[in-house]
Amino acid sequence: MSVLGLFTRRPKRTAEAARERLQILLAHERAGLSGADFLPQLQRELIEVIRKYVSVEDDRVQVRLEREQHLSVLEVNIELPAPGDAPRV
Amino acid sequence: MAKVIVITSGKGGVGKTTSAAALSAGLALRGHKTVVIDFDVGLRNLDLIMGCERRVVYDFINVINGDAKLHQALIKDKRLENLFVLPTSQTRDKEALTQDGVERVIGDLRQEFDFIICDSPAGIERGAFLAMYYADEAIVVSNPEVSSVRDADRMIGLLASKSRLAEQGTEMPQTLLLTRYDVERVEKGEMLKVEDVQDILAVPLLGIIPECPSVLQASNIGTPVILDEKSNAGRAYAEAVGRMLGDELPVTVPRGAKRGLIDRLLGRSA
Repeated sequence: MSVLGLFTRRPKRTAEAARERLQILLAHERAGLSGADFLPQLQRELIEVIRKYVSVEDDRVQVRLEREQHLSVLEVNIELPAPGDAPRV
Repeated sequence: MAKVIVITSGKGGVGKTTSAAALSAGLALRGHKTVVIDFDVGLRNLDLIMGCERRVVYDFINVINGDAKLHQALIKDKRLENLFVLPTSQTRDKEALTQDGVERVIGDLRQEFDFIICDSPAGIERGAFLAMYYADEAIVVSNPEVSSVRDADRMIGLLASKSRLAEQGTEMPQTLLLTRYDVERVEKGEMLKVEDVQDILAVPLLGIIPECPSVLQASNIGTPVILDEKSNAGRAYAEAVGRMLGDELPVTVPRGAKRGLIDRLLGRSA
């Protein structure tokens, strides 16, 4: 780097970001937690359980996943019918 | 009306996914609702280049198999309002991609999106075939390098004979995107000139993307390179997007990576 380089913006050190992203991703993939295989099954079973108590539509279920280094967050969002719409049990 | 565009090349590693990500983001930046689909079943990578790899829950194959609804598998980009990614499966093999399934999903996407960008896998097998089969237009990506140009030529032939449009007797519009172009090496006579490649392939030029350090930087952080507006590659992709949308922009040869005296004194890279 030139002397003036000290005063100008340094190029971004993006390799560090690349390494971290890969570590997180590959840790999940090697553990077989790549999502696609167990999530549809999980979703089906969750809906079955919930249906025992309230009626829910298949497409009123949203599943989101956020993978981080030390934990993953699985967010299951189930929209319940308005009280008036629900069949009387 | 929705337009389905395949980004294809035959050869691997020429910049299909980089280009698919950049062009999709560029179309979204220009206000068009755009989805980019990864057709490389078993070797998912578009999610990494788009920076949404941690948010993949369902994929293209889940939707084809009916395990998930389309809107559950679409990942909304965090930066751009109009941009969505449909990732592929990392665990299945390419046989999971069925022609009926692809037709159905593309048909559904046509109802909602302005542009559907299909990121083709390398090769000419099922994934690559299905990525191009339902396309309205094709962008063929090539490097100025002999094997890449040869494979691009083969792909251009397949697009003209094996796509649905071809089967219906309609010619599929094709354009060429020349990537990793290094003006200095071209000037030294070490690399094929754009004119050479165009003469050989005889397809209109969509753009020339210069060899540029920003492409690796963008991939490191999972950002389409077009969002690096100051980079040479980012600017070249933005111009290519303009041409896709009908802007009258002559294709210019990008300036070389040669650094001027001032740049060298300031320690700046091109």
